[in-house]
Amino acid sequence: MLRIERLSKRLGSFSMQDVSFEIERGEYFVLLGASGVGKTVLLEVIAGIMMPDAGWMFLDDRDITSERPQTRGIGIVYQDQALFPHLSVYQNIAYGLHCLRLKRSHVRERTRAMAERVGAQELLNRRPATLSGGEAQRVALARTLATGPKCLLLDEPISALDIQSKESLRSLLREINRQGQTILHVTHDYEEALSLASRIAIMEDGRIAQVGTPEQIFHAPKSQFVARFVGIKNFFAGTLEKSDENGQLCVFAAERGMRFHVLTDAKPGPGFLVFGSEDVAIGNSRPETSAKNVFPGTVLDIAPAKLGVEVSFDIGVRVSALLTQSSVSSLELTIGKSVFAQFKASAARFFPE
Amino acid sequence: MNSGVNMMRAIHITTARAGPAFSWLHLAFTALGGLVLLFIVAPLLGIYLNSAPADVLSAAKESEVQQSIWLTLWVSMAATLAFAIACIPFAYILARKDFPLKGLVSGIIDLPVIVPHSVAGIAILSIFARDTLLGDAAEWAGFEIVGTPVGIAAAMAFVSVPFLINAARDGFSAVPIRLEKVAASLGASPLRVFLTISLPLAWKSVLSGLILMWGRGMSEFGAVIIVAYHPMITPILIYERFGAYGLKYSRPVAALFMAVCLVIFILLRLLARGRKNAED
Repeated sequence: MLRIERLSKRLGSFSMQDVSFEIERGEYFVLLGASGVGKTVLLEVIAGIMMPDAGWMFLDDRDITSERPQTRGIGIVYQDQALFPHLSVYQNIAYGLHCLRLKRSHVRERTRAMAERVGAQELLNRRPATLSGGEAQRVALARTLATGPKCLLLDEPISALDIQSKESLRSLLREINRQGQTILHVTHDYEEALSLASRIAIMEDGRIAQVGTPEQIFHAPKSQFVARFVGIKNFFAGTLEKSDENGQLCVFAAERGMRFHVLTDAKPGPGFLVFGSEDVAIGNSRPETSAKNVFPGTVLDIAPAKLGVEVSFDIGVRVSALLTQSSVSSLELTIGKSVFAQFKASAARFFPE
Repeated sequence: MNSGVNMMRAIHITTARAGPAFSWLHLAFTALGGLVLLFIVAPLLGIYLNSAPADVLSAAKESEVQQSIWLTLWVSMAATLAFAIACIPFAYILARKDFPLKGLVSGIIDLPVIVPHSVAGIAILSIFARDTLLGDAAEWAGFEIVGTPVGIAAAMAFVSVPFLINAARDGFSAVPIRLEKVAASLGASPLRVFLTISLPLAWKSVLSGLILMWGRGMSEFGAVIIVAYHPMITPILIYERFGAYGLKYSRPVAALFMAVCLVIFILLRLLARGRKNAED
């Protein structure tokens, strides 16, 4: 639907080279990259606010490379919302509708409907300066959605919000996407990517390093950079099952019959389980421990890491642990040795798909 | 020992504030500021103290005085509004675009501030005088410039236009570019972005620039007297009465004109401040 071909842009010290990817209709595409790699520039080029130095962009097979921003059919929402401070919330949402020269009654109807869609119907008479970050972001979304963009560009839309607003905005974005809105979302936060994306592209130094489903990216990072950037070695796709207790201790069923315990308040359903390799401990015998996840396994590999030693082993699936050099020596770890791996249910994190 | 500890505590308390509660230095600075204020206010106040209310009143009744004040106000207003049409968009370009020789352009805009106003008057006179191209063209078109309100307006605008351009440019610079980008992506044409986003958000600065230009134009003397002695604007009328009859006779007109200017100026400033700040 949106096809980006060999897009290049040089701007001050930043340069973006040969960026190509394609987004399917209805997809939630997340572009993941460290802060300051020019993700905003890429979005502004796609939105037509900036001209690329080279490359092409196609929307529904129509060349939009030199199309003016107001006729592109692409909407953009910034991290800082960029609401018009001199207009009320209502006037902000209605702004794009007035540009379409719609009838006044139609504008009113559509504005109210949009406000309702994002849960901002109570805010219509407020001024942007009086809104909280989450409220402002909802209004900014409504303002852009009102113009009916074919593709919605989101520039770190939830990074600056507090935890509660983050969660509710995430589910709003999922909902908007489920209703058929194609979304291109850029972020530096892999959790955000995991919880929203149907596909992820990793951006490195102004280039696309890898494109794939969350599973492909986190499970099979193509390059050292991707692996280091996503930073998570222990990543599993599977299904969260209902907890058998009243608490929030749930069972996560992964591939090959693996069952992990995880502490979460998420609803049961498909998703991803991740835990840091620094949270995994290894022992030579079955430990007496409060940790819910204890698995026998064999050592597959021992490799020095930037900090400490990374030991990977097979417990049915491949899991990695970060140990100190002295632990490796005192445990007398060698490749092929049988060990027990353990980590706490609270160290694991679940992301619904 | 004990008093020493107390003193330490006292120092801690005072330094915990923004600064010491009392400073001789700041008192001295304030006193110097007071002297400057006095230097501005005292002579102006003196005009009122030295002119009898009855004289000011009778001056106000003279039709020559009334006409000159009215002329001064409307010509300066007309000059301001006419130039606003070109200056506000120009200020926007200066705030938003980089182009070759931008520094030179900015310098040219500030030039009228340092050019002696008599020189400005002579300069305007020389391009609009009868035997020049522009002068001939104007005469052919049926209106004269030298010795007419048009000439006065030109002289006023020449010396006061930097105030408008600079204030408006600062106002536009303070409008976040991102807001304009968002408006464009929402479907607004560049003109619509300018009219609905940039101008309203910069309006406070633009308005204060308009007020400044108007006020500066009204007070102009040097450039106007060369281009148009007649019809007589108030500053020239005051000068003429001073030259012909002396201080006593010119003072009531001066007092009257200043009062009119002050009232308008204060009203406009209140109006500009009363307008909701665009950022609220």
